[in-house]
Formats: sequence, structure tokens, C-alpha cells
Amino acid sequence: MDRVKDLASKKAAVIFTKSSCCMCHSIKSLFYELGASPAIHELDREASGREMEWALRGLGCNPSVPAVFIGGRFIGSAKDVISYHVDGSLKQMLIDAKAIWF
Amino acid sequence: MPSFVPANPASNSIGSEGNIVQSTQNTDFGSFEHSFGFRIEDAINLSRNPVFNQIKSNSRALGTDIQVRALNKSVVASETDQSSTASASQRIPLQKESQRNLVSIPGGHSENWGDSNMADTSPRTETSTDDTDDRNQRLEAGPSAALVASDSSGRSKEKPADQKTLRRLAQNREAARKSRLRKKAYVQQLESSRLKLTQLEQELQRARQQGIFISSSGDQSHSNSGNGAMAFDVEYARWLEEQNRHINELRSAVNSHVGDTELRIIVDNVTTHYDDIYRLKDTAAKADVFHILSGMWKTPAERCFMWIGGFRSSELLKLLLNQLEPLTDQQLMGLYNLQHTSQQAEDALSQGMEALQQSLAETLANSPPGSTESSGNVANYMGQMAMAMGKLGTLEGFLRQADNLRQQTLIQMHRILTTRQSARALLAIHDYFSRLRALSSLWLARPRE
Repeated sequence: MDRVKDLASKKAAVIFTKSSCCMCHSIKSLFYELGASPAIHELDREASGREMEWALRGLGCNPSVPAVFIGGRFIGSAKDVISYHVDGSLKQMLIDAKAIWF
Repeated sequence: MPSFVPANPASNSIGSEGNIVQSTQNTDFGSFEHSFGFRIEDAINLSRNPVFNQIKSNSRALGTDIQVRALNKSVVASETDQSSTASASQRIPLQKESQRNLVSIPGGHSENWGDSNMADTSPRTETSTDDTDDRNQRLEAGPSAALVASDSSGRSKEKPADQKTLRRLAQNREAARKSRLRKKAYVQQLESSRLKLTQLEQELQRARQQGIFISSSGDQSHSNSGNGAMAFDVEYARWLEEQNRHINELRSAVNSHVGDTELRIIVDNVTTHYDDIYRLKDTAAKADVFHILSGMWKTPAERCFMWIGGFRSSELLKLLLNQLEPLTDQQLMGLYNLQHTSQQAEDALSQGMEALQQSLAETLANSPPGSTESSGNVANYMGQMAMAMGKLGTLEGFLRQADNLRQQTLIQMHRILTTRQSARALLAIHDYFSRLRALSSLWLARPRE
């Protein structure tokens, strides 16, 4: 959990993924499309990957990946990201966190 | 019993024929009805017969021929009786033999003149193929046989033996005819069975596509998913009916210009009803994601425009922009933005799907260079399959997110629009899909060459 929080606060936009997860690929594409350059951490490449995944599930992230943090705050999984994106709040959050400027 | 009264001693071969005809005038016509009928055609065809031509050149055959023809016609015209096979076979052996020798094989049509079907009193009779073959053989032996057969004195002695032969031959012909009829009936039966088989196969194919798994081994898991697909199709049909009712209610409300509050209630009913289908889709996807993704529950034209198991929100918004005027600038901006964000999300999800396809392909294609240990290969194969199975499982996630996007887009649209505009938007969406469905029906019913 600490590792997760630690990494999440290091950059404005942070996404925890797995290398084999294709939905993670979709969410990454969306962020790039918006002009953000989020920090990507692949849990299957991390030493404490399993613990981190468990921690993310504890936050209510189901499925555990992709897990999105903006400005250190846990936003949600793919479903939440898409919902926020459609109603425009995702963009606003990114601007607020200074991940993007327009 | 016919007797031979020489009427024209001058011509030997044809003359005897003429004699026979004349003599039989005095006997039971019924017995010779068929032979007469036959003979007329023979007489007509005689001119084509090389043997006859040969004989013709030897005697005054032509005159006799006409005599014969005229005689035959008058005889046949007065016929009323039907005769049995037996009596019909009691031809004048002389007559028959000479006929055989002189007859030409008619071009096409043959009817077995040994038939029990003696009803045919028409002058134009035909010979069977069997008989034709029969006669062909005799024809080849013709020229010499003709001269032999024309010996009138010899024929009368051979008569009894020939009668048996004639009877036998007639029975053979009868049997052959019956056999041909049976064969024809059998072939017709086969043809109709074949047609039915292709129809059944088509039905089966259609049923398979709809998810009904018909297996000889009775695989339970397959039939479960099949049932899931079928159950969804049924529920979708019901949902469409309910949707039609809601939309009709909305349409009449819009046309009768009801107040905003009342309209709002009806609009909310419709949007809530939309939630139902997404719930249904979610349940069905758990049972059979491929059925939903395939779009077989939609009509063909709808299927053409499908994107991850449903419609494309950005396209729908594009369609609506024209129909919702007048719009305020703010609304216009909001709708353009919505269309843009929807497009972005669609692209992101599409890219994810492509990555999934690629990954799956790589997993399945990745066969390690042949190792000597076969168990290693098996382990590899199983590992590959397990990985591929995992990847397939993520398809459900994509469908869920695509449906999520569709729902969210509609919700956001209603936030931007007024109640009345929302009502018109819902009507426009419904009309559009109705037209697509109607187009599908027309297409399926189109005449094909």
C-alpha cells in the first residue's frame, strides 16, 4: 500500500497496469490522446507486484488494473475513467493536477 | 385367325402386307387395333427405311403402300374395342416380322406398343426404346431377312411358336415399362428429399448462428451458452416491443404538446427502459460474449454499423445534431464536445481490442522450435491455451466498457438538452434504428435472380 501511495504521488497522472492487460492499453491510449503523459507501473514487473495489486483491490478497484491516480488521488478503474471522460470531468481533473494545460 | 388372300400377286413382299391387311378386315378388329395403329406410323416412316427403299426399287411398292395406309386408317377409325395384352400380341406373325424388317426407327418418341395400355387409338403411336433396340438388331439383319420373311408360305407354319414369343416379348415390354415408371417415381422422391435436406441444412445453419449448439455428444456447457444466446434473443425481442410502446406514448405526448413536467416523466421512462437492455446485455455477455459481439441478435443492416456489440455513440450524435435545431450556442458546443469525447473513448477502446487480437494471435502462433521431449510440447501447448483463454476472458470487459460508453453518452446528452429536445432526440434515435431494421427486412426479402 505504501509503495502504491508513494508511486501515485510522484507524478500528476499515474496508472498501474499489467503488461498483458489490453484494457490498460485502452486507458493509456486515452490519456495520451488527451495530451497527458502518465507514469505507467506494470505490476507484473514490480517486485512487490502482488502486494500492490492486493492494495489496489482494497481501494475498491475491480478489476485491479488499470488503476488510475490523478494528483495522488485514486480515481478508479476503466469504467470510472470512461464515465469521467464523457462528462468532461477527467479533462478538468488533469488540468487541475497540471497533467495537461488545455 | 387371319388367312392370306393374295390380292396383288404382282408384288411379293409388299403385296403380302396388303393381303394381310385386307384379310384382317374380316376378322376381329379389336385384336389388331394396336398393331394397326402402329403400322400407320410404320407406313409413314417406311420411306425412311433403307430396307424398304431397297424393296421399293424392286416392286411397285409405292402403290401398295398407299393402299395399306388407306386401309389402316379406315380400320383404326372404326375401332372402339380395347384388347388385352395377350390378344394384342396375337399379331399376325407375318405382319409383325415384315414390320420389323421394314420399319425405320422413328426419331424420338416411343411408346411400348406391346402395352396393356391399349386405350391409345390414335394413329400416331410410338415404339419403346426396347423395341427400337430390338428392331435395330433386326434391321441390321434386314436385307436378307426381308426377303426371307416375305415368303408367305413359310410364315403360317411358324405362327404358334411366334405367338408365344410375341406374348413373352409383350410381357417383357410391360415389365420394362413398369420398371421405368418406378425408377421415375424413385428419382422424383430423391429430388424432393434433396431439396428438403438443403432446406433443413439452412435452418440448422441459422439456428447454429443463433447459438443453439446441436451436438451428438450433448455437451452441456455448449448448450448452456446456446440457451443464453437464445434467451437473450427472446428478451431483446420483448424489449423492442416495449420500446415501441414507450416511443409511441412519447410521440403522442410530443404531438399533443403536453406540459414539460408530464413530458419529463415520459422521457425518463424511456431512458430508464434503455437501462434495461444494457442490464440484459451484461447478463447475456457473461453467458456468451461472442453472441453479443457477433451482433446476430441485430438485423443485418444494424450489424453492418456495429461497434463492439452495439452502436457508435459519436455517429449517433452526428445524426442528431441536425435534427435538434434550434440549439443554443452553449448546447451546440456541448454536443460537439460530447461527440469529440465519445470519439476519443471509442478510439481508445478500439485500440485496446486491436492489441487484444494481436496478443491472442501471437500467443496462438507462438510455437517453440520443436523440442525433443513430447511432454514439453504438451506442457507448452497447454500453457499457450491457458494464456489464450485468459485473453479471451477480457473481451467481456471491453463489451462492458463499450456499453458503459454508450450509456454515459446518452446520459450526458440529456443533461445538455431541454426536456422537449430530449424527447425529440429519443424519437429521432428510435426512428433511425427502425429504418435500419426496415431496410434489413427489405434487403432480406429482395428478389434474387
